[in-house]
Amino acid sequence: MTASTFEQVRNVASDIFGIPADKITAESSPETIDNWDSMQHLNLVLAIEEKFGVQLEPEDIEQMKNIGAVAALVEKLQSAAR
Amino acid sequence: MSDLTSNPTPGGQNPPDLRAEIDALIAQGTFDIAGRRLAELWRRDPASGTASFVISRFEELREKTRDKLALTKFKLAILRSFTVEPIVPMLRAEAFAYGIDLEVHVGDFNTYVQDILDGQSSLYRFAPNAVVLAVRTDQAAPELWRDFADLAPEAAQQAAERVVRGYEQWIAAFRKQSEAALIIHSLECPPSPSLGILDSQSDAGQSGLIRQINRELQRVSAEFHGVYSLDYEALVARHGSEHWHDERKWLTARLPIAAGYLLQMAREWMRFIVPLSGRTAKVLVVDLDNTLWGGVIGEDGMAGIKVGPEYPGAAYQSLHRALLDVSRKGILLAVCSKNNFDDAMEALEKHPGMLVHAKHFAALRINWTDKAQNLREIAQELNVGSDALAFLDDNPFEREQVRAALPEVTVIDLPKNPLEYASAVRNCAAFERLTLSTEDQQRTEMYAAQKQRAGAEQSFQSKEDFFRFLDQEAELEPVSELTLARVAQLTQKTNQFNLTTRRYTEPQIVKMAKQPEWHIFSIRVRDRFGDHGLVGVAIAHDEGEQCEVDTFLLSCRVIGRTVETALLAHLAESAAQRGYKRLVGRFLPTKKNAPARDFYPQHGFERQETNGAGTLWTLDLKSSTLRCPDWIKLKVK
Repeated sequence: MTASTFEQVRNVASDIFGIPADKITAESSPETIDNWDSMQHLNLVLAIEEKFGVQLEPEDIEQMKNIGAVAALVEKLQSAAR
Repeated sequence: MSDLTSNPTPGGQNPPDLRAEIDALIAQGTFDIAGRRLAELWRRDPASGTASFVISRFEELREKTRDKLALTKFKLAILRSFTVEPIVPMLRAEAFAYGIDLEVHVGDFNTYVQDILDGQSSLYRFAPNAVVLAVRTDQAAPELWRDFADLAPEAAQQAAERVVRGYEQWIAAFRKQSEAALIIHSLECPPSPSLGILDSQSDAGQSGLIRQINRELQRVSAEFHGVYSLDYEALVARHGSEHWHDERKWLTARLPIAAGYLLQMAREWMRFIVPLSGRTAKVLVVDLDNTLWGGVIGEDGMAGIKVGPEYPGAAYQSLHRALLDVSRKGILLAVCSKNNFDDAMEALEKHPGMLVHAKHFAALRINWTDKAQNLREIAQELNVGSDALAFLDDNPFEREQVRAALPEVTVIDLPKNPLEYASAVRNCAAFERLTLSTEDQQRTEMYAAQKQRAGAEQSFQSKEDFFRFLDQEAELEPVSELTLARVAQLTQKTNQFNLTTRRYTEPQIVKMAKQPEWHIFSIRVRDRFGDHGLVGVAIAHDEGEQCEVDTFLLSCRVIGRTVETALLAHLAESAAQRGYKRLVGRFLPTKKNAPARDFYPQHGFERQETNGAGTLWTLDLKSSTLRCPDWIKLKVK
């Protein structure tokens, strides 16, 4: 994954979870981030869709196990759109 | 999706830079500017990510200023049959932009009936100011939504009546426990009715019955104090139900509203929250040029401005209708425009395309003074706080100036396209009202009648009538010890109506006054509204064959009322008496003195030369007909 997509995803997560971007890594997940509950998961989905102009299918949303996976998903959707 | 915040502000910064600036301002402790920039960030980028940032910084500001942010606190509870949590940050950010510190309690998913009926529920413990009951048709009337085709007509009708009775019971139970406002979403009709086009051929079809429920809900709500209908059906229709509804999100997260429209749901709730919290505007102050008509009246003239039933003037007529509708709710209208009074009044009263006229405005400030000052005066004149003003102006710099000087004024972010002006006014929550009294409806007429009684009638047959009405008295005298300070000050401070912008100190004036070839005059003006004091200075210099006007300036307060004509006429007459055949004057253009540009030609001077510095004008004193106007009582000392 490119640094810039990961960085952008990390910034979105930073906004949603209220954590400084530098404290978020590719491994950050609902297990490591306190307030990443199902509602925040939905907020993350909405923010990702808004920021990157992509549509996340229910199957995609299930794959979003950590921030790295989210960034990889975004890249996949963006290259599919091209 | 319409975006009401499409104008870049004069700062012109990107949101990321603006975020950094906001954090820096908070760190520095300049909390009021930080607050303004935060509201600006939200206006420019009303997205869900921005909402989180805005809310977190707003809470920081609230803590750091120990809650002295001068915001109105308001508590909203949302009872719901669908997911609303993603809307809450955007709602709170919108509320912050309206000066409201909004605390939100969201009831559990689909427990709205229990929340209402149980006196010990978290709803009542929260002690809200208002409650939104957001229930969709699929939960409120499942038989009509899903199973309509299976129902016999009688059964369908009974189902509809049952739904209404249910709501009636909940409303009555709620009212027993709480005096809070209750805002009830109406039910939406199915985008594709069970029976297709057959459905619209009868009022007992699926849509017909749902609309019947909504009508009954309205009737029931009106029987209780503080219970209101939120027309959810109309909201969805406005944006198109195919765009509004998100089937994927509904199935995975029970969020039926598409991400792009969450903000619109928040804004619809704000249309109730703003009037309920009292943060409404009582006066809407509007600009004239490029706001009430296309073009600039002072430059384009009556024939050049665009306002009428055809494009492009039609956009402005739509705005007029929106203004009239606002005024019918008891909100006063006022004008604040940088213009010559008579030019602007002529357009307002006489242009056939205008649907609003002077009589529709409770106050008029048409002059060259700073708008923030005019707004303060309008608030005082109309006896309202400046926080009750709303301001409509096409010019982003004027808007920003007012925001900086008067942060409590609701400044409407007018989109660039005039076709969007009317909806910017109609969509502004500060003009919403939940009640209408006879007094509200008649308020504008009452103000007009009052103005007439006070003799301040603002519409005249001709500008001469207005000048006569003003009853001006002017006192013209050579500069003296008593007037020296003010005369020098005026030369230093006057920028707009100033022909040569020459700055003089008191010693310089004293020195000039001692020499016989220099003549320094001041003019003081009193009219029916009061004494304006010393408002003009003219300095004439005799040199060789001619008398030159070295300095000619007038305070903005009295521009456009022919005081300048009286002063100039005196210079001409006294020069002629001293034996001069010509009076000459220069216009030296600056960034600010455009109002004075045509002064000499308007008074019969002829252009003699133009060079890099400016234009030299000359008046033949033998043939000149320049006189003090007869509606000014002039006393020359």
